[in-house]
Amino acid sequence: MSTTPDRDEVTGIQTTGHDWDGITELDQPLPRWWLIIFYLTIIGSVLFWVWYPSWPVWMDGEWTFTRGLAGKTARDDVAAEMAQRAAAREADLARLEKADLGTIRRDPELLRLALANGASAFGDNCAPCHGSGAEGGPGFPNLNDDDWLWGGRLSDIEQTITHGIRWEADPETRLGAMPAHLRDGLLGRADVADVVQFVLSLSGRARDAEAAARGALVFEASCAACHGLDAKGQTFVGAPNLSDDIWLYGGREEDIFESVANGRAGVMPAWGGRLDAATIKSLTLYVHGLGGGVEEEPAAAGE
Amino acid sequence: MARGSAQAGGMPRRGSPAPPQPNPPKLYAPRRKIHPKRVNGTFRRIKWAVMVVTLGIYYVTPWLRWDRGPGAPDQAVLLDLPHRRFYFFFIEIWPQEVYYLTGLLILAALALFLATALFGRVWCGYSCPQTVWTDLFIYVERLVQGDRNKRIRLDRAPWTLEKIWKRGLTYAIWLLISVATGGAWVFYFADAPTLARALVDGAAPPAAYISVAAFTFTTFTLGGFLREQVCTYMCPWPRIQGAMFDADTFLVSYRADRGEPRGPHKKGEPWEGRGDCIDCGACVAACPAGIDIRDGPQLECIQCALCIDACDQIMDRVGRPRRLIAYETLSMPAARESGERPRVRLIRPRTVLYSVLILIVSGLMAYGLLTRSDLDLNVLHDRNPLFVRLSDGSIRNGYTLKVLNKAHHLRRFEVAIAGLSEARLKSPELGDAAVLRFEVAPDSVRAVRLFVSLPRQTIRARQDEDGELPITIELRDVASAAVYREATAFHAPGASGR
Ligand code: SF4
Ligand code: SF4
Repeated sequence: MSTTPDRDEVTGIQTTGHDWDGITELDQPLPRWWLIIFYLTIIGSVLFWVWYPSWPVWMDGEWTFTRGLAGKTARDDVAAEMAQRAAAREADLARLEKADLGTIRRDPELLRLALANGASAFGDNCAPCHGSGAEGGPGFPNLNDDDWLWGGRLSDIEQTITHGIRWEADPETRLGAMPAHLRDGLLGRADVADVVQFVLSLSGRARDAEAAARGALVFEASCAACHGLDAKGQTFVGAPNLSDDIWLYGGREEDIFESVANGRAGVMPAWGGRLDAATIKSLTLYVHGLGGGVEEEPAAAGE
Repeated sequence: MARGSAQAGGMPRRGSPAPPQPNPPKLYAPRRKIHPKRVNGTFRRIKWAVMVVTLGIYYVTPWLRWDRGPGAPDQAVLLDLPHRRFYFFFIEIWPQEVYYLTGLLILAALALFLATALFGRVWCGYSCPQTVWTDLFIYVERLVQGDRNKRIRLDRAPWTLEKIWKRGLTYAIWLLISVATGGAWVFYFADAPTLARALVDGAAPPAAYISVAAFTFTTFTLGGFLREQVCTYMCPWPRIQGAMFDADTFLVSYRADRGEPRGPHKKGEPWEGRGDCIDCGACVAACPAGIDIRDGPQLECIQCALCIDACDQIMDRVGRPRRLIAYETLSMPAARESGERPRVRLIRPRTVLYSVLILIVSGLMAYGLLTRSDLDLNVLHDRNPLFVRLSDGSIRNGYTLKVLNKAHHLRRFEVAIAGLSEARLKSPELGDAAVLRFEVAPDSVRAVRLFVSLPRQTIRARQDEDGELPITIELRDVASAAVYREATAFHAPGASGR
């Protein structure tokens, strides 16, 4: 690449002197207005520096920036917008606080607020145990399904969230635990094995029909008080339905044996006092709306 | 850049002696003033007609009305940004369908390619807004200040009272045109009559005034002062054109084989042994780009064909045949020289390709528009959890239905699962029923949660090895009985029974 300026024969114009395999470039002048606009943009940029925050400066031991004559930064805008949103949220929460669950449920706008608020509160507080999709896991109930240990009506769910389950610090917490029948000597090993066969027989899976028949008697004596004679469970003591397809601690023979022998007593914290009333209502509606919520019975509707 | 192909406005050409170049050369050049002379002729008439039609379309379109029924705007062409709708006569486009606009842009580009391959820069020469408004501004200038010679004299004259009022009047009229241009622009974005009243009353939104001001400013400066500088220095299109011409593209060209050797001609002198060009300079005087077409194809030439009219007038006067400057292809002079018949090849691989592409794209768009439904149903399957086992052993899946009601009236729908009467449907907001009903407000979107439960036997009978089974969600418009379907999947534990 040579750099000697040369004159182009065809046009008579000086070239830049750059030569790429015989291709040269004419050295054309810029239009003057272009140059003027270039200078104007430089002036414009100076005006920008003066008007808007621009230069970083070291002041009082920290980096800050020149504020500009406009006296306003995009950060102020963000802060103002955040404040505005926080205020709007306050107002929304206050409305939820005042309304009762039934009212919120019937008001599409309030319900939308509550569900959105509930979804975010669920992610923050409940998801670590129940899963981000509320799908649960061994020992942590799936909240999407239609099986409720402590009841699936709005009032039940609110009660559970507020006071927790076996949460000793809360006097109103839900109590009732599965005893450790074998470990604590309540039942002998053979009785436990029999009752496990009986429980399996409820879903047609018993291996040993005779053992199951014996187990039925054990069940009646030791289990029916909580789980009911029909083994369909009772929500006031949190005893699960043993005849359905849902097993909190697993439905295999060894899982059931483990539950009977060593007991089960999962704990859920009481959220009353930790979360405000509006958030608890939101969570209640959210969980109820996950698909398994049970309607209030007419008698209890006026609570 | 290829040798000699890059020439800026006003630089010396082949054939004219190069002025001595200062050394080092100047880094910037003042603009040479151009005062195009008025011409009459075929192409000038075509250009007037195009101007009337294009400006007419631009100014009148926002005022056309189109009845879409209550609740919808009645403006034929409207870009409703706040509501994210585009209305074009019978067409109404939602943001999801922005591909129609993409298609329109692709069509415009292809049409431009085709026109350029056939006839060079016809877009630039006749219908580009820059050309049309510049032409209009030059017309105003000529009306107030007179034709070329008078304008040159006025330009050189000191600032006398006459110059002040003539220039002042010209600028005033330009400004009026510019305001009208900017004003018309904003009418495409809001109801024109309402906005017009608001603009006058000072009640229009600031964005409207800012747009009007910006467009007024650009029209005034680009049309009044920058003119050909826009085409030469700002617009990328002239640079692309070079790749689209070929030897069979019709370009405004000077027929050197007929015109040369040029020279002055007195009445009665013989025409033998000389060219037809009498070197009168009429073509240069008429050129709005300020170039000499006799130097061959040039970057600055917008192909407005005014030099053809100018030269035709001269040829008529000296009694020689017209079209010494004419639309012709690059291959024609050589053909004439070798005694062949100059060929006209409008159908060439590239023009065929462009035409086919245009047909395909417009066909696709027409098909899309004709089959466009006034309802869109999108089904989102819950991912977390993928399915829920219920106490009776059945499996439940959750979906969110997004229903876009593009009709201008409220519609009621019933949801069902096609062909699965055992499916139980439930929606937290709609309750528990075999058939769920809901409404969607006119011209809006509604999201509805839907839980679908299927008994275990159904799933076992239909699921594949991944545990999935296809289902079709059906929406039935209660009033019209029209049915809209969307296929989706239903997930269940795999055959292994997870
Ligand atoms: S050379 Fe002729 S066609 Fe080209 S811009 Fe000038 S007048 Fe128009
Ligand atoms: S107008 Fe025609 S005759 Fe006159 S200089 Fe141009 S090409 Fe030659």
